[in-house]
Amino acid sequence: MLSSIILKPVKAIFGNRPGRGFLIAGTIIVLAVVIMAIFAPFIAPYNPTAISSDTFSPPCWKHIMGTNRLGQDVFSRIVWGSRIILYVVLVATAFSMVLGIPVGLVSGYYGGKLDRVLSTVMDSIYAFPALILAIVIAVVLGPSPMNAAVAIAFVYVPTYFRMIRGQTLSLKGQLFVEAAKAIGARDREIMLKYILPNLIPTILVVFSLSVADAILTEAGLSFLGLSVTPPTPDWGYDLRVGQAFFLDGYWWLVFFPGLMIMLLAMAFALIGEALSERTSTSAR
Amino acid sequence: MLEVENLTVHYFTSVGIVRAVEDVSFSVGRREWFTFVGESGSGKSTVAQALIGLVPPPGKVVGGKIVLNGRNLLEMSEKELRSIRGKEISMVFQDPMTSLDPLRKIGDQMVEAMTEHGIDEEEAREKAVRLLESVNIPADRMDYYPHQLSGGQRQRISIAIATALEPCLLIADEPTTALDVIVQEAIMELLNELKEKGTSITFVTHDVSLAFERSDRIAVMYAGRIVEMGDADELVRNAMHPYLKALLESVPDVCSDKEVKAIPGNPPDLRNPPKGCRFHPRCPFATDICRTQEPELREVENNHFVACHGVV
Amino acid sequence: MPEMLEVRNLKTYFPVRVGILDSLRGKKYFVKAVDGISFSIDRGEIFGLIGESGCGKTTAGRSVLRLVEPTGGEVIFDGVDVLKLGKEELRRIRRRMQIIFQDPYASLSPRMKIGEAIAHPLIIHGIADRREAREIALRMLKRVGLTPEEEYYDRYPNQLSGGQRQRVAIARAMALKPDFVVADEAVSMIDVSMRASILELLEEFRRDYRLSMLFITHDIAVARLIADRTAVMYLGKIVELGKTRRLIDNPIHPYTKALVNAAPSITRRERREKVKLRGEVPNAVNPPKGCRLSNRCPFATDICRTKEPELREVESGHFVACHLA
Repeated sequence: MLSSIILKPVKAIFGNRPGRGFLIAGTIIVLAVVIMAIFAPFIAPYNPTAISSDTFSPPCWKHIMGTNRLGQDVFSRIVWGSRIILYVVLVATAFSMVLGIPVGLVSGYYGGKLDRVLSTVMDSIYAFPALILAIVIAVVLGPSPMNAAVAIAFVYVPTYFRMIRGQTLSLKGQLFVEAAKAIGARDREIMLKYILPNLIPTILVVFSLSVADAILTEAGLSFLGLSVTPPTPDWGYDLRVGQAFFLDGYWWLVFFPGLMIMLLAMAFALIGEALSERTSTSAR
Repeated sequence: MLEVENLTVHYFTSVGIVRAVEDVSFSVGRREWFTFVGESGSGKSTVAQALIGLVPPPGKVVGGKIVLNGRNLLEMSEKELRSIRGKEISMVFQDPMTSLDPLRKIGDQMVEAMTEHGIDEEEAREKAVRLLESVNIPADRMDYYPHQLSGGQRQRISIAIATALEPCLLIADEPTTALDVIVQEAIMELLNELKEKGTSITFVTHDVSLAFERSDRIAVMYAGRIVEMGDADELVRNAMHPYLKALLESVPDVCSDKEVKAIPGNPPDLRNPPKGCRFHPRCPFATDICRTQEPELREVENNHFVACHGVV
Repeated sequence: MPEMLEVRNLKTYFPVRVGILDSLRGKKYFVKAVDGISFSIDRGEIFGLIGESGCGKTTAGRSVLRLVEPTGGEVIFDGVDVLKLGKEELRRIRRRMQIIFQDPYASLSPRMKIGEAIAHPLIIHGIADRREAREIALRMLKRVGLTPEEEYYDRYPNQLSGGQRQRVAIARAMALKPDFVVADEAVSMIDVSMRASILELLEEFRRDYRLSMLFITHDIAVARLIADRTAVMYLGKIVELGKTRRLIDNPIHPYTKALVNAAPSITRRERREKVKLRGEVPNAVNPPKGCRLSNRCPFATDICRTKEPELREVESGHFVACHLA
């Protein structure tokens, strides 16, 4: 997954045993971004789309992250841009959960032909590189944040499906499931009341890790102009516009959006790693 | 031969200090079968592990003496201990795979156990064959891997390995718990033969019937302490501690129509054991002194020790 | 007493994975875990099923409840053949046929409050609505000695000891007021000092509900204490069946003799009659011809090695499958 590229150097620093520190650090960053998105009008010092004559100003007291070629305040655009990225990523993840979890549960629980067909389909989607598949879908659907979300959702359905199916298969063999059968529970009740609650730790882990990945994918899509339309502030889009001027020495146009994308993706990845460490130790 | 004085073992866990074994003293004589009996969490297995210096972390022996043939094992270096393990003191575990390597032929493992202690290869091989025969396993099984054998056979082999160097003390920690009764009986018979040949046995079990059937002497453990200790026959006829009395009454027997009586309550949490006598919350005879003062293990009759304020 | 449950010629075979060569030749192998056993249990009777691990006793218990699908035979429960029921009928009859498993650590969902675990079956079968089910669950908690019951209701299994969990499992099974219960090694994993109280609890429910019970155990002393009649299984077959005390005090079949002899006892330090079997239990895929014990039995003769002995009534109510009995 894409997020592992970011996580590797972090792991190298912290060692391979992510724990409490990871969880706290990740949660703080995510909360900060969420607060930023909610209170954007109060935090951003300027209107993010307002054009001014003060173009290409480097970071200074007036514009702490500088301004771009249209004189827009980069910091304000970052603050407002958090709304778009969170929106796209959360809608996308919700979609893939709503699809991937029930299908994985049913497929793993009943097994048989249905399971084989579903697994084959999901594996073939999974085999594509995530970003390229999302790009193709987004191109077909046309550029808009909603379409970007749909494209990303589609790409991550198999991630949920595979994890949930695998866990369901192992839970299905547990004695408490047999006990549920013995008290006369229907299949639906066994899946919802006995298996699903035991999947929650897994779901949390997959959620955090796939959000981390989806952030990078979203940034990639909007970098290619497949998400928002200008002048809406968006991290990926700003990154693309900024990189044209990078060689002219206007480093802040690239640095700050890039940093934010990386931080947010890393934060979710940290949470995911910490949670998976915890669930695997508690299972022992 | 083995003298243990005031052995105390604590587990330093993240949720507090677990006082697994407190102030345990006993001795095992030559050619004696000495049994620790108790429920899970009574500390019986920890005692066994401490004897051979293998208390797993975060456990630590924090006090006492373990004197084997005149030398205190707790003052020995790891190197000295290793030279003693197998030679003078040896252990058999509940799961024979603890001491068997799944990837190597059992014959090679047996030979290695001996060559490590300086016996030459050829002699070791001959001895391994004899050992296998002594535990009723045909010599051609030397070339088998552990997974090709049944649980009972594996346990016999781990006993053969443990006794290869004729240690004077064999510690057996629940060696038959994973086995069926008929196989269990055969293993017990095997241990008894070893005893007859001169090995002392320190046996650990949760099975009260099994403990009393074979042992010469017994120590009954409860919540980390010995509550009663003495000859097996004497303890059955003349149990004094309320816990042992209740325990004997709670165990059904294949040979008798006796009623069984349940013991009320639960074993205590060893992170925070009850003050005074640890059995007092479950004891029908508990008085004020039981709630405040820890009873000492006293010799109330010749060779019969009890830790109870109610016994005079 | 009327019969609550009658098992006739029950068979449960499991297919064994074979190598490619054998599967090309069309060869199939089966573990005959249960190979044609018959017994009946009266209303209010506790019927013991004893034997070593791998003898098929657990599979027999699960087959009776169709938690594994039997290969053949009949299981007549209160006049109905359970093996012929459709999925929904089977689900409904489970209200009256319950099971208590050996491992109380695994038989409860770690993420379900124990009160809910007891209440849920009542809701499933439409016996009670949510509020009534809670009331009943609280009563059951109190009944099995988990008090204060209000406090225990909201606990999760990992906050309980093994003995307490087993009480929850018993409460869950008994909340439905079943007519028949399979107790599969229900006390084997419980600490010694707690075992007697669990047995007492089962005994109480038997008395109050006139419950019939299939009590599966490897512990002969426990069977002797609780079971009215007992059957001994060896390699998928019943080798001896009769009144428990008669069977344990004076076993007839060599296997029963060996089993009883090997059981440790506080009061008996000398063995009466030593029956030593050779070797260990053979593979159930390919059991010996004739009597299945013939390769280990010290008394085996030619007929034992060629002809399988029938389970015959040797005295009133006492059945033995041995040519020499």
